[in-house]
Amino acid sequence: MVTPTAAATLDERQILAALGEVMDPEIPAVSVVDLGIVHRIETSPGAIRIEILPTFIGCPAIDAMRNAIQERLAGLARRVEVDVTFEVPWTSDRITPEGRRRLRGSGFGPPGPVGAVADIIPLLPATACPYCGSRRTVLENAFGPTVCRSIYYCTNCRQPFEQFKSV
Amino acid sequence: MTTAGADLVPATRNALSLLLLSMADDEFVIGFSDSEWTGIAPLLEEDVAMSSLAQDELGHAQALYRLLADVVADGRDADAIAFDRPPEGYYHARLLDHPRGDWAHTIARRFLYDTADAVRLEALANSSFVPLREVVDKVRREERYHVMHVTTWFERLAGSGGEARGRLLDALEQMGPDAGTVLSPLPTELALEMAAIVAAPLAELEARWRASLAPTFARFDLPPLPPTRDPDRARTNHSDAFRWLHGEFTSVRQLDRGATW
Repeated sequence: MVTPTAAATLDERQILAALGEVMDPEIPAVSVVDLGIVHRIETSPGAIRIEILPTFIGCPAIDAMRNAIQERLAGLARRVEVDVTFEVPWTSDRITPEGRRRLRGSGFGPPGPVGAVADIIPLLPATACPYCGSRRTVLENAFGPTVCRSIYYCTNCRQPFEQFKSV
Repeated sequence: MTTAGADLVPATRNALSLLLLSMADDEFVIGFSDSEWTGIAPLLEEDVAMSSLAQDELGHAQALYRLLADVVADGRDADAIAFDRPPEGYYHARLLDHPRGDWAHTIARRFLYDTADAVRLEALANSSFVPLREVVDKVRREERYHVMHVTTWFERLAGSGGEARGRLLDALEQMGPDAGTVLSPLPTELALEMAAIVAAPLAELEARWRASLAPTFARFDLPPLPPTRDPDRARTNHSDAFRWLHGEFTSVRQLDRGATW
């Protein structure tokens, strides 16, 4: 995962800060950095190359995010290239603590920890209701309005909410 | 674009292309077929679920077609491969030639397909062809939701008795002889095995898949699946139902070749 380090050049920190302003079009409170989809940043004089990971393979937002990144970075270098890669699988564990906080703030449950790929999926326990914090929640549907979300209902505050799938 | 597979000898590259085409067409056809439930599924929850599953499958198909376009490198992009072939040029398994049918048919077909596909994906998890291994790793994380969903429904219909079970039994009887076609041998698969692209011959995967289903079939007292009918033509000679579906899914492309959304 790309995070700012002491070794990062000013350029890279600038690029990361700019990427922090590019939001997920489906969940506008969360940036592409918070979502953990930035896999690689390469710079050379006058050029930036970014590799991003799709959250779900069929996610139609990936092209929108790619274009938004391209547009945001256009002022920082003469040439900007954004590529999509499967080099490592994006998993929901890549969402940063800040991203999880922002998900909750937008009424989304953040994803629980991801088990091994071969495991049978447990009964998808909700992390907690993003509105009242109660764990008295029930799964309504493992599938939701976008490929990355499930639908839950909180029996405490009687509010339906969506949770990012663990994947 | 890139030169994926450029270092492979021609026979291996051809065999790899056929494998990718078979997998991409499988995902593409079941995805389009199941998207027909959007708006008319028996429950609102299933309307959402089936639409989401179909969207996943089309995404998987797109990733595989892109990989295929890189390997074949004949100037066609993923959309051209997906949409610009006549019906007889598609290479999906005959199981997916069956029409969507009623809900029990759809669940039976998805159950047979998803469980077979899971065995196929597992055999590619350590593939020597890295771009495929990377896509498969990602696909498997999503497919486990599919298997969970369809297994729940399959067991519910099988265990219910009455009309629901009756319809499921009808579906299994109709599709049974075609169930194994997802894992029927490919004509060029020896090259895949020798290059360590696939971990085992497809016949072995088919046996593994049948053994994995046996406990469920026994538990619900379902008749065992018959052997595959005409396995040499498992992916050719498509049905009228598929020709109709082909007309549907190519209609936008026919109207406007450059359409995007």
